[in-house]
Amino acid sequence: MLIRNLCNIALASTVLALSGCKGGILDPKGQIGIDEKNLIIIATVLMLLVVVPVIVMTLYFAWKYRDTQNQEIYAPKWAHSNKIEAVVWAVPIVIVIILGVITWQSTQDLDPYKPIEGKGEHLTVEVVSLNWKWLFIYPEQGIATVNELVFPANVPVEYKITSESTMNSFFIPQLGSQIYSMAGMETKLHLIANEPGTFKGFSANYSGAGFTGMKFNAIATPTQADFDKWVSDVKANSSANNLTHANYVELAKASENNPVAYYGKVDDGLFHTIVMKYMQAHGDMNKKHHAMGEHGQMSKKHHEMSEHSMPSSHSQGEE
Amino acid sequence: MSLLGNLSLDAIPFHEPILVFTMSVIAIAGLIIAGLITKYKKWGVLWRDWITSVDHKRLGVMYILLALIMLFRGFSDAIMMRAQLALATSGAPGYLPPEHYDQIFTAHGVIMIIFMAMPFMIGLMNIVLPLQIGARDVAFPFLNNLSFWFTASGAILINLSLVFGEFAKTGWVAYPPLSELTFSPGVGVDYYIWALQISGLGTLLTAVNFLATVFKMRAPGMTLMKMPIFTWACTWANILIAASFPILTAVLAMLTLDRYLDFHFFTNELGGNAMMYINLFWAWGHPEVYILVLPAFGIFSEIISTFAGKRLFGYKSMVYASGAISILGFIVWLHHFFTMGSSANVNAFFGVMTMVIAVPTGVKLFNWLFTIYRGRLRISVPVLWTLGFMVTFTVGGMTGVLLAIPGADYVLHNSLFLIAHFHNTIIGGAVFGYLAGFVFWFPKAMGFKLNEKWGKASFWCWIIGFFVAFMPLYVLGFLGMTRRLNHTNNPDWNMWLYIAAGGAVIIMFGIISQVIQLYVSFRDREALDDTTGDPWNGHTLEWATSSPPQIYNFATIPHIDDIDAWTDMKEKGQAYQDKANYSPIHMPKNTSAGVLMAASLTVFCFAMIWHIWWLAVVGLVGGIAIFIKRCYTSDVDYYIQPDEIARIEAAYNSSGVKELKA
Repeated sequence: MLIRNLCNIALASTVLALSGCKGGILDPKGQIGIDEKNLIIIATVLMLLVVVPVIVMTLYFAWKYRDTQNQEIYAPKWAHSNKIEAVVWAVPIVIVIILGVITWQSTQDLDPYKPIEGKGEHLTVEVVSLNWKWLFIYPEQGIATVNELVFPANVPVEYKITSESTMNSFFIPQLGSQIYSMAGMETKLHLIANEPGTFKGFSANYSGAGFTGMKFNAIATPTQADFDKWVSDVKANSSANNLTHANYVELAKASENNPVAYYGKVDDGLFHTIVMKYMQAHGDMNKKHHAMGEHGQMSKKHHEMSEHSMPSSHSQGEE
Repeated sequence: MSLLGNLSLDAIPFHEPILVFTMSVIAIAGLIIAGLITKYKKWGVLWRDWITSVDHKRLGVMYILLALIMLFRGFSDAIMMRAQLALATSGAPGYLPPEHYDQIFTAHGVIMIIFMAMPFMIGLMNIVLPLQIGARDVAFPFLNNLSFWFTASGAILINLSLVFGEFAKTGWVAYPPLSELTFSPGVGVDYYIWALQISGLGTLLTAVNFLATVFKMRAPGMTLMKMPIFTWACTWANILIAASFPILTAVLAMLTLDRYLDFHFFTNELGGNAMMYINLFWAWGHPEVYILVLPAFGIFSEIISTFAGKRLFGYKSMVYASGAISILGFIVWLHHFFTMGSSANVNAFFGVMTMVIAVPTGVKLFNWLFTIYRGRLRISVPVLWTLGFMVTFTVGGMTGVLLAIPGADYVLHNSLFLIAHFHNTIIGGAVFGYLAGFVFWFPKAMGFKLNEKWGKASFWCWIIGFFVAFMPLYVLGFLGMTRRLNHTNNPDWNMWLYIAAGGAVIIMFGIISQVIQLYVSFRDREALDDTTGDPWNGHTLEWATSSPPQIYNFATIPHIDDIDAWTDMKEKGQAYQDKANYSPIHMPKNTSAGVLMAASLTVFCFAMIWHIWWLAVVGLVGGIAIFIKRCYTSDVDYYIQPDEIARIEAAYNSSGVKELKA
């Protein structure tokens, strides 16, 4: 297989070139990320088959046919050749057909909504992006964390993702795909870590002043038992810290560079409430609507500026 | 509600040293320029011959002047961003807090695309397109003047945000809900909306104007398939503008209703949905990149065939390839948000469609190659830009196809890899093209050539600077660095961030070289004088005119028998023929209606931004009143009589062309 061999060569050279570079998408630690890295390399090699000749030909032709080279053939009226036209249309078409097939297949395989097969039961984590921090709810374990995500290695994880306010993107580069978080909607992502470790996670979609600080550590524990121990530790150590619907409203207020926090107990259906809060009955929504207005207000200046703008959106709720 | 709406002295950022410095520099430069104009008594000339001019060539020059000024502004933003990211490593905060930095990256994007690239492209089109098709002006000369002033109004508004209030802190795409009142309560997004709205109107009117010009005003004998390739490229771009800019107008209008009248098109609550904005924005935004790049492709085609001394290879392929790119450009918008959670089939469809665009683009590259093949390529500055483009853009195209694969985009989306990619195509494609066209057509517009040495210096600084500045961003993308970060804390990234900042400095030397080039060329304009009107041995009709062309462009409209009309005329010995009898030429009169209407609407926009309702009414009513008055003005044209044409032509023939003939 030519492509395989080329792929290996390219892989080796890329690895060499970026050997000092740890932690990026070329250093994946999960199956999805590994597949995506291979896809990038295969596609790049395929395209280089056209790109390199084009660049070489550009420079070579420009050199060969420069005006001081009088011995070369000069054909000022030659402007059409069916053979060449056929080739210049055919070559890109062939490459794009090959890439198109790879694209169609890989998009089906890497669909972020598709559960990971053959690795057993998924762990479910509910992810909420807040201004400007991440809330992770573990519905099966009944705990929650802020800005720290823990799961066992080699266990597939299903992420249900939403946002409290602005749009963000939930991304752990070394594990693979990212997916947007959007208020009032639930998106899904399936990832797995092939080995234990601590990976960087962050928001990959700009969401305002505190965006840069929307970072978290994604920790893959060596075994399921380690994860279970971590869960019971959180429950024991943070038993007083209860993430109720009321506490959530406090948490949802804008803050920057939030420290890691643990909740030993979470109200049932909190994630569902967050996703569905804009779909509730009109009367109930008035309260939510008032609460909503506070998230954007960081500094005093903003607060003052929004004062005059708020009455209009309040009146919407009061009609 | 006070008389000045929300506007108060607090809106002027006296506490920001960078802004106070910028304002002082602008004020001092403005005073110096005003002083010089007064000293040389040029106010009258400026008003009569430029500001109120409806001549497409002068409007073109003003568009490019606007683009260059905005290039300095946008590039200052770029240098500030790169400096911030080079300083704010390893946890250091840098010198720009998010409050300020977020405005800078938003302004950089908006300015470079809407107020640098677009006016540059439209300026070149203004100067060249009517000449290429043998027309005396555009179809609607007054409208052309109005379009320019609408574009300038947008640029003025965006720069007013430096002095009054703030600019948007949303990124140039201004996605809701972040751009909604809840999360962006300040005036920044309003500046964004109104600046884009008014300049977008100007762009749309330009497209309509030039489509009418191309379809109705071609010289006799010039069928559509005999149009010069640059004219074809611009025509495709204008079709794209006419089809896509109304979408931008509509989506901005909806955002305006959300922010001003509490509608909920894109809010989180009351049934609003931000995804609608994102789809509509890119339904305009993706065609927009082809609007930028297609005319650049046309410029490269003209340059490569002119300097290779050959016909363009595969003219028909080029026309159809541009058409294919234009149509396909409308069905790929979803690739800007593969990560929004569409199904695999939807993502795969848009990914494959995006790749299909690589086919006509690839064909174009091959056609340029085979135009050089068996030619006699003179390696001039425009050719350097073209070769630089062919190498750079190929790399940018490759990374673009990579991003079009959803599986790859899931990890590369919004990373610095993406930033590197679109700068690779917009700088390496569009901007290189405009700069090539600038050197190529400068003698046509101004009457003298540009200095070669400084032109080459500028090219080498630009291309080396480009690679030094943006290749590290590809690496950073692979290392997992996302865009719009204010500061970083990752030792693996530092080196690449430093290199990128160095690259930006090299590009700065390229821009400085261009300023020196303009100065040196102006100083030596006698020696660089283009007396023939055809300094490069061109193929197309614009080179049949004097440099700069007479106000009526062509004393007699030529009959066209070939794509390379001017080469054909030269070969048949029909060039430089004195005509004995001229007919009167019908010409439009200059008018102040355009600049006054635009000024009125600028006041309206500014008043809307600050909620100064009475002033908004004044501005809007004023603009409409001037328009109605213009509609009822019948004194809009005049005739140049044959004896005057004969006099002008004789004066020209006795100066330059005689030398050529001798």
